[in-house]
Amino acid sequence: MVTELGHFALILAFMVACVQAIVPLVGAHNRWPGWMALAEPAATLQFLLTGFAFAALTHAFVTSDFTLRLVVLNSHSLKPMIYKVSGVWGNHEGSMLLWVLILTLFGAMAAWFGGNLPPTLRARVLAVQSAVAVAFFAFILFTSNPFLRVAVPPFDGQDLNPLLQDVGLALHPPFLYLGYVGLSICFSFAVAALIEGRIDAAWGRWVRPWTLAAWVFLTIGIGLGSWWAYYELGWGGFWFWDPVENASFMPWLLAAALLHSAIVVEKREALKSWTILLAILAFGFSLIGTFIVRSGLLTSVHAFANDPERGVFILIILVLFTGGALTLFAARANVMDAKGVFGLVSRESALVANNILLAVSCFVVFVGTMWPLVAEMFWDRKLSVGPPFFNMAFTPFMVLLGLLLPLGAMLPWKRAGVGRAVRQMVPGLVVALALAGLAWTVQTGRSLLGPVGLFLGAWIVAGALTELWTRIGRSRDVTRLWRLPRADWGKAVAHMGLGVTMFGVAGLMAWEAEDIRVAQLGETFEVAGFELTLNEVRDVRGPNYFSTMGDVTLAKNGVELARLYPEKRNYPVAGMPTTEAAIDYRFLRDVYVVIGDEQEGGAWTLRTYVKPLAGWIWAGCIIMALGGSLSLSDRRFRVAAGARRRKPLGVPAE
Amino acid sequence: MNRLILAFGIALLAALPAYAVQPDEVLDDPVLEQRARDLSKGLRCLVCQNESIDESNASLARDLRILVRDRLVAGDTDEEALDFIVERYGEFVLLQPTTGGANWLLWAAGPIMLLIASAAGFSYLRRRSRAVPQGTETLSAEEQQRISELLKE
Repeated sequence: MVTELGHFALILAFMVACVQAIVPLVGAHNRWPGWMALAEPAATLQFLLTGFAFAALTHAFVTSDFTLRLVVLNSHSLKPMIYKVSGVWGNHEGSMLLWVLILTLFGAMAAWFGGNLPPTLRARVLAVQSAVAVAFFAFILFTSNPFLRVAVPPFDGQDLNPLLQDVGLALHPPFLYLGYVGLSICFSFAVAALIEGRIDAAWGRWVRPWTLAAWVFLTIGIGLGSWWAYYELGWGGFWFWDPVENASFMPWLLAAALLHSAIVVEKREALKSWTILLAILAFGFSLIGTFIVRSGLLTSVHAFANDPERGVFILIILVLFTGGALTLFAARANVMDAKGVFGLVSRESALVANNILLAVSCFVVFVGTMWPLVAEMFWDRKLSVGPPFFNMAFTPFMVLLGLLLPLGAMLPWKRAGVGRAVRQMVPGLVVALALAGLAWTVQTGRSLLGPVGLFLGAWIVAGALTELWTRIGRSRDVTRLWRLPRADWGKAVAHMGLGVTMFGVAGLMAWEAEDIRVAQLGETFEVAGFELTLNEVRDVRGPNYFSTMGDVTLAKNGVELARLYPEKRNYPVAGMPTTEAAIDYRFLRDVYVVIGDEQEGGAWTLRTYVKPLAGWIWAGCIIMALGGSLSLSDRRFRVAAGARRRKPLGVPAE
Repeated sequence: MNRLILAFGIALLAALPAYAVQPDEVLDDPVLEQRARDLSKGLRCLVCQNESIDESNASLARDLRILVRDRLVAGDTDEEALDFIVERYGEFVLLQPTTGGANWLLWAAGPIMLLIASAAGFSYLRRRSRAVPQGTETLSAEEQQRISELLKE
């Protein structure tokens, strides 16, 4: 019954979306207030209906209702509750429902918090947002309906893919989708502004918080996914340049670029058409990501639904929206003339450089991801483009970006001299060089990656600190730091996060130590200065799996540091094994132990990795997200909203 | 019934994972082993999805790892060993695409795009730095009125 109501709510939401996509647009064109005003209650209603449909599906999963096809395929009555809930989006249909739920959530939020927008712009934004929703509602209802029943319900389900039964991965999709779909609002703002034919500083100010929020969520989502890959896949890699990872990384790069170019629009009324283009492309790449995951076009570990029919449907959505928006852009781009005037050396030009590097690196990832397809289509060559290519072709852009970042962040607006910024950065440069030199002398004959990475990380962190220091001014009054706008703090913190991630990547890739051996029970062996002992291996039963669990003592100089329990699990229902690495997380290094097969004479295969600075990769992601959130909470965004409302009183904002 | 047990046994065997590089594969000569590891990181596991044979648990990956080591032990250089494998399994096996044929476009895409983007960016910046500040700072009647209201307060 609940299921049928949920299905019905979804269909109603589809119809509401159709109305919301048309009526406000017509209203905005003809300046009919009633028609425009329809958009807000419609957006709220759409969100509530979709929310109800999602709740109904969750209810079916939680109560293990095996009359539902989706529940049969992706759930099991013995599964722990958290994975019953996460099973809702651990499959194609359910994850699409989550997609539209978030899409309508952002639409509703734009309606709730959009009180300060001019009525025509608000109506158009909500209409465009709803048009995107219409396409995805249709996609769900016509090709991927989660509410289908089975004629003969089985006694129990077929269980969720065991790899997905994990806390990190339970949270990974919601965050990722909040990011992906959050970019839809920027897209809607861009298209609405094109229809409106007016882009000014205020537009930049409205778009920025949405972009920032989407970027923060994407950062968290990608970080979670990468962390999951690190501990779950059994050998501790953190990034694989898999097509689907790239699909999430490209919108992240473009969102980062958009974030920065919107500042230029807001502060200096320049780069307008480029910013609009970025907003369209960022969401376009989100759609491409959805297409890649769900079409089975590119082989990937994540591929969900390898169904050509669905692929074609998403391709049509992609072409329709991106193509339509780009056509509109081509027709209207000339109405947006820049106003700000600035010198060749200025904050503006530094931000242009930032945008060039981010956009080109995104382009490299895109070409690399699509190349196997292109080569097969045009030259009939079956080839692979894997991590070695991306490491070589992508890294230089990040190195350049890292080098320019601290200098660019300190340049003043309009007109600047390089000299001053360079002088201010001298202490930072010395620290970074010293650290790189130290790394260079300590390691012998290894790759340059480690020293270079450490240099960049230290350079960026020092840059962010120097910038905060210069903000104190001559007074050397540290308390002034607390009175700085939160956006300034956010900027410094987010940049530091990037530096910290670079530290982690360099450390892990340059100085990892590895040991593969057959370990006898009770025998101690040494890996990179650590002593490990495999004490025993026992069989353990979990709620829905069997586990072979090792008991390993980790010690250094005879002092026990930790007991590690690496596991090898088998999920009988899904018929799939997984590895559960045991990791001793520490500030400067992780020790990572994986248990393998039993060998003759009761010995076991054991792999041990010592991963320097591994945790810094994700710590950096968290710091970046924190910086974004700080900036998001800046007074400016709230005051701007309030000031407009208080307009009749004529109270100045600050 | 016997068949059922057999089927169950096979299913169980298939479910047992064999993890990436096994201790028995490791060569005694550490230099040779390091070369083998480096080579395997650049070779794709053909039956997996986007994994190198160094990371993969599949039995085919194991066969390939042993093959790489056999070639190296037999005295092949890295290039000879790679050529040997590419000849048998095709270009698809290489995770790092060659620069041959149309692939130069793939490798050059980034640098070319950077040049184009930098040129476009530079010309934009130059236009902006030479532009005359527009006299558009005039206010509309409405704004003018609001300003005078504010000034009166």
